[in-house]
Amino acid sequence: MSVLLFTIIVLAGAFLAGLVGSLTGLGGGVVIIPLLTLVLGVDIHYAIGASIISVIATSSGSAAAYVKEGITNIRIGMFLEIATTVSAIIGAVITVFIDPGYIAVIFGLILLFSAMMMIRKKVDRSDNDTSGKIAVFFKLNGAYPTENGQKKYAVHNVVGGFLMMFIAGIISGLLGIGSGALKVIAMDNIMRIPFKVSTTTSNFMMGVTAAASAIVYLHRGQIDPGIAMPVTVGVLLGATIGSKILVRTKTDKLKIVFAVVVTFLAIQMIYNGLTGRL
Amino acid sequence: MSKGNRNFLADKDIQLILGTLLRVGVISSMSVVFLGGVIYLISNSSAVVDYNEFDPGKSGLSSIVAIFAGLKHLDGAAIIQFGTLLLIFTPILRVVFSVFSFLIEKDYLYVLIGLFVLAVILFSLSNKLAG
Repeated sequence: MSVLLFTIIVLAGAFLAGLVGSLTGLGGGVVIIPLLTLVLGVDIHYAIGASIISVIATSSGSAAAYVKEGITNIRIGMFLEIATTVSAIIGAVITVFIDPGYIAVIFGLILLFSAMMMIRKKVDRSDNDTSGKIAVFFKLNGAYPTENGQKKYAVHNVVGGFLMMFIAGIISGLLGIGSGALKVIAMDNIMRIPFKVSTTTSNFMMGVTAAASAIVYLHRGQIDPGIAMPVTVGVLLGATIGSKILVRTKTDKLKIVFAVVVTFLAIQMIYNGLTGRL
Repeated sequence: MSKGNRNFLADKDIQLILGTLLRVGVISSMSVVFLGGVIYLISNSSAVVDYNEFDPGKSGLSSIVAIFAGLKHLDGAAIIQFGTLLLIFTPILRVVFSVFSFLIEKDYLYVLIGLFVLAVILFSLSNKLAG
């Protein structure tokens, strides 16, 4: 395959990844890694390097749109980044010592889990009951603006959330993905942070976490300019257009369609990983 | 109450600057990658891609020093990598910025936490982790 054709295919795929990603909330890596490995026969280590770039691009791209609303809780983000940056680097360091087949299987399992999380009805469990000592000490409790003035919320089970974030960081560094689904578990279900705050805060963290492991990948030569170029341009264009469409579209049906596609990709990744084709 | 109001206003300013910072980072990174991509495609478009096997030394652009050296020759691949670096450093700048805003708020606990996160990222820059 010529460089030009390869660039065009990856550019189109990355554009789609950015577009669908911003509409459904699923990260770019979910599409980019299967496209590169299954369709174009790219070694999974390069695919991981390209994917982490798409994670940073989506995070910064959509954050620029989010910040205006001013509901990111920088303290929660920064506090949990202690866990995610350390673990992301650990993940990025150990990923080369793991057989590519196993990486494909782990990736497939995470895809299945993400697809499940995407269609599951989300329940906002936030409240303003008394929170633990740790949340108070680290000033994690906050408030966000609503139509009826500031709404206060309390953060729960900080230790549990911190540990879950550590796992999310390892997976992120290992596979070059944002592990958004695991971050949702940590913030929405364990720490019970309101959606309005958790979505943007998790997005803020994703960029920082991905930057930490991206540097390790860059030094290792996993970020190749020939792949990074179409991925960066494609994802950024797709995500920008996606966030414009998002305002006036119902995404429920799209999410189900995309969940089916992701499940199919997941089975492919697991099958190819187990049979040693990746 | 008045103290809370002042912080809220300062927060608004900080959010505004942050939004601009992110947008500038993303747009400049994309422009640089695009420019490098055009140069790269002009000289390489008919070459054959080969990414079947992972080869750590393939691009020769796996360190910041190598990327800057390539920039001097207007090498397309090096310009792309420089754009990628801009993209990687955008969220890191956001952390640096947050540390300053915590410093202004005199929240020293979070200045420390922010510095710790930066130290972890700097540690990953040390090049010994790639293995």
